[in-house]
Amino acid sequence: MSEESGLIYRISGPVVTAVGISPRMYEVVRVGDEGLMGEVIELHGDQSVIQVYEETSGIKPGEPVVRTGQTLSVKLGPGLLTQIYDGIQRPLEALEETMGVFITRGVDADGLDLTKKWEFNATASAGDEVSGGSVIGFVQETETVEHKIMIPPGHSGKIASIESGEFDITTSVCTLEDGTEIAMMQEWPVRTPRPFKQKNAPDVPLITGQRILDFLFPLAKGGTAGIPGPFGAGKTVTQQQLARWSDAQIVVYIGCGERGNEMTEVLTEFPHLTDPNTGKPLMNRTTMIANTSNMPVAAREASVYTGITIAEYFRDMGYDVALMADSTSRWAEAMREISSRLEEMPGEEGYPAYLSSRLAEFYERAGRVQTLGGDDGSVSVIGAVSPPGGDISEPVSQGTLRIVKVFWGLDAGLARQRHFPAINWLSSYSLYPQALDQWYRDNIASDFPEVRTKISSLLQVEAELQEIVQLVGSDALPMDQQLTLEVARMIREFFLQQNAFHDVDTFSQLGLQYEMAKAILAFQEESEKAMAGGAGLEDVVNVPARTDLMRGRFEEGYAERIGELLGEMSKQIAETMEDN
Amino acid sequence: MSGKEYRTITDVKGPLVFLEKTEPVAYNEIVQLRLSDGTMKNGQVLDTSDDKVIVQVFEGTESVDRQTGVKFLGDVFRLPVSKGLIGRILDGAGKPRDGGPEIVAEDMADIIGAAINPYSRESPEQFIQTGISAIDACTSLVRGQKLPIFSASGLPHNDIALQIARQARLVGSDDDFVVVFCAMGITAEEYNFFVQDLERTGALENAALFVNLADDPAVERLITPRLALTAAEYLAFEHDYHVLVIYTDMTNYCESLRQIGAAREEVPGRRGYPGYMYTDLAMMYERAGMVKGKKGSITQFPILTMPGDDITHPIPDLSGYITEGQIVISRELHQKGIYPPINVLPSLSRLMNAGIGEGKTREDHKSVSDQLYAAYAGGRELRGLVAIVGEDALNERDLQLLKFADIFEDQFLRQSRDEDRSIDEGTLDLAWNLLTNIDTKYLVRLDQKWIDKYHPTEKNS
Ligand SMILES: Nc1ncnc2c1ncn2[C@@H]1O[C@H](COP(=O)(O)OP(=O)(O)O)[C@@H](O)[C@H]1O
Ligand SMILES: [Mg+2]
Repeated sequence: MSEESGLIYRISGPVVTAVGISPRMYEVVRVGDEGLMGEVIELHGDQSVIQVYEETSGIKPGEPVVRTGQTLSVKLGPGLLTQIYDGIQRPLEALEETMGVFITRGVDADGLDLTKKWEFNATASAGDEVSGGSVIGFVQETETVEHKIMIPPGHSGKIASIESGEFDITTSVCTLEDGTEIAMMQEWPVRTPRPFKQKNAPDVPLITGQRILDFLFPLAKGGTAGIPGPFGAGKTVTQQQLARWSDAQIVVYIGCGERGNEMTEVLTEFPHLTDPNTGKPLMNRTTMIANTSNMPVAAREASVYTGITIAEYFRDMGYDVALMADSTSRWAEAMREISSRLEEMPGEEGYPAYLSSRLAEFYERAGRVQTLGGDDGSVSVIGAVSPPGGDISEPVSQGTLRIVKVFWGLDAGLARQRHFPAINWLSSYSLYPQALDQWYRDNIASDFPEVRTKISSLLQVEAELQEIVQLVGSDALPMDQQLTLEVARMIREFFLQQNAFHDVDTFSQLGLQYEMAKAILAFQEESEKAMAGGAGLEDVVNVPARTDLMRGRFEEGYAERIGELLGEMSKQIAETMEDN
Repeated sequence: MSGKEYRTITDVKGPLVFLEKTEPVAYNEIVQLRLSDGTMKNGQVLDTSDDKVIVQVFEGTESVDRQTGVKFLGDVFRLPVSKGLIGRILDGAGKPRDGGPEIVAEDMADIIGAAINPYSRESPEQFIQTGISAIDACTSLVRGQKLPIFSASGLPHNDIALQIARQARLVGSDDDFVVVFCAMGITAEEYNFFVQDLERTGALENAALFVNLADDPAVERLITPRLALTAAEYLAFEHDYHVLVIYTDMTNYCESLRQIGAAREEVPGRRGYPGYMYTDLAMMYERAGMVKGKKGSITQFPILTMPGDDITHPIPDLSGYITEGQIVISRELHQKGIYPPINVLPSLSRLMNAGIGEGKTREDHKSVSDQLYAAYAGGRELRGLVAIVGEDALNERDLQLLKFADIFEDQFLRQSRDEDRSIDEGTLDLAWNLLTNIDTKYLVRLDQKWIDKYHPTEKNS
């Protein structure tokens, strides 16, 4: 029997064992009479163990297994944006065309349309010295995104010829002097990080328009964040808010083992939402990967790598890319399921012993880098984590928290009160503020960091006071502490709460966030003064202008009006003193 | 139904039969076992290789011996589907249980079902009025949603499910639902309760029932819901029906899954349930929805009883991670004599935002619902405090919230088993009336424009 093809020996769920073949690790093979796609994940004596990316029902021992010589790779080039793929980069639209609304199996579909012609605009010229990562031209892929065409890593030389014009993505647009032909499409193995020149420290915030995130627990461009939380606490809504409003140039959204309708929602909504930074439809900058909870488990394991490779590719063009993975727990569970079928020695809670190193390798692919082409690009990674029972002492949460620099801890209690985003302001943290403070001072306000510190310490003080209130009731506290409680309530209800489904409140410019925070501090300061001058707590709390200031955030043009509303509040608070 | 009969069983363990064989057997292939006394059993291939095949036997392995004949039927499990399923009662393996004839198949459908392409889904957004205020106002249901009832033993989840089945309708449309009811390991008494109610209201003629009771084979429960969903898919996507699937009790299903896992000596996940239970459940729950180009829809109401009333138990936990929300039944409210005892705080409808608002329910719906939650949550929390410090220590706002929590339970949640409230006058106006018990300055979740328009005493007239 030839080495190129062998026979199925055993089938157990998504794991198939073949004999009579000696492939390389992670090589893609074709399994069974229908040629299902699979990947070699273990070599064991004369047996090769394969995870199969499609449903294996009806497959029999004795059917063929054929090598392809390739490792699992994605196709990279114009056409990635606005697409939705399955875990192995098959476009779902193409699958619908061939299979109808239900996903059956045994159908191949290229990740990119190989026949479509794109207008290639050369920016390099004959005679230029180029190497891997050098930009030689671009395609206007969508209204907002210029897709840079780069020399694939590993190639270099002098350009012999280069030509602008309409080409499909496999046709050569550039020839190097050594005869290498460069087309607009390149391929890259998903399990290998794409190279860059060097990693740089992140010092620019990824602005998300979400007040609690931007103001208290910011993420840097090129940074990593984890969002653990029980079901219904807001992981998906938070991820979708980031996909909508963050000021990244490219968004890669991975729906990993979650609900089908959530992907549909993004698909139907994004083309109609406008990017606040460009004024153009959000879909223009977005690529989606969907392996929903009922799709094959092995492809779930691959989906995360497919997504991050696409993200790195856009980073290499010098873009800021934000990648969301919802949920990394499903990815970890896919690893666990495959591992248990391999009868590997289980680690904690049945997860394979290599769980934490896989998590670390994944988040390591985030970062702000100097690209091979010399540009500044970044991949920010935000991973949702779904701990069983909401208890984050479990391995996936713990493995994630050891690596990520931002922790947005979702809280079931807050979600039950419909305090959204239900991010616990006491347990969450970000390690980036120090690196970002200079940016805030230069771009928003010179006292931005100090304002943030005041707001977060008020919340800390509130937590301490609440413990006393639980024992004696709030009326027993001295007046100044009762005022502190009111100020903290204002922080929570007016600032931290933000309704993702409200047309206006869904997004808050960073400058406005700062103004709102200042307004709260002004309320505190002026109330203290008024109360010193004889006003009662109820008087200052109940000035009508304060309600107007707070409710105003739901109306268009709030950024322009907040100054005026604040002035009115200050006036009314001052008047409470005169009334007494 | 050709194929050779093997008598090569080597081991029998729990519901599993291991055998050696000669010809290749397909993964998931259907198997027939013939016992020495002529009894037939059915099974399915769980693992197959050149040397060994593992078969899971739906009826259990009682009386199976090494002489038992095993025949591989060369196909995966299929259900004969037809419009004629409506009005029929089948057993847990899909055979008539009502004394009627075999189903005349229009098609033979693979019961595992294929995943709906997310690209081909249509977002569910049509509000279904259940007539139950707690659900309609706070956890609104939409057509094509999967919304489980998280209950516990001794609580009236069946009454609620039936009330929903009776009252559910799209406002302004008279398309009716067809009910597919699936029983998994429930008692004959519970089953009769369902059937009698469906009969009384005439819904039985419009329903297809798949029934596996407590004394039916436990392993069969692993296929019963798949049969029900296969029937639902066929009716929805081939015959344009709007199908409401009620299945109960998911907890019994999960127990059977655990039993198979243990027999295979798999590494167990949390509390002994298999690590793949999430995916397994998803392959059923995700069969809800609407798809492009098809008129019908599948709305699912799985019922599960939380062991030990614990919502973090793997069965409710994994379900909640997949379904589009949950309706949580509370023992505390039940003991207070409130029906329906729905605790709205941990309850959730994830598709609510798409299904409510102007042109769907009413423009103020979202705002009112948020405010009800915030006020009730606040009031309930204060109950704990009052128990320690007494009401005297509360300020005005807290006193109002505390009182509101009682009013909300007594007047908003409480309704009778046949009370069908309309969303606008019946539910939202009632909510506004009850909110007058709180000063508007404390109602920070309400947009000013809705106060101006709907607040009974403060609206601009
Ligand atoms: N920022 C938010 N604004 C308004 N509602 C929210 C917000 N975050 C979460 N929610 C509510 O909580 C529900 C559950 O959120 P989701 O993100 O789906 O939870 P998870 O992914 O953690 O299970 C949503 O359907 C929505 O009703
Ligand atoms: Mg989610």
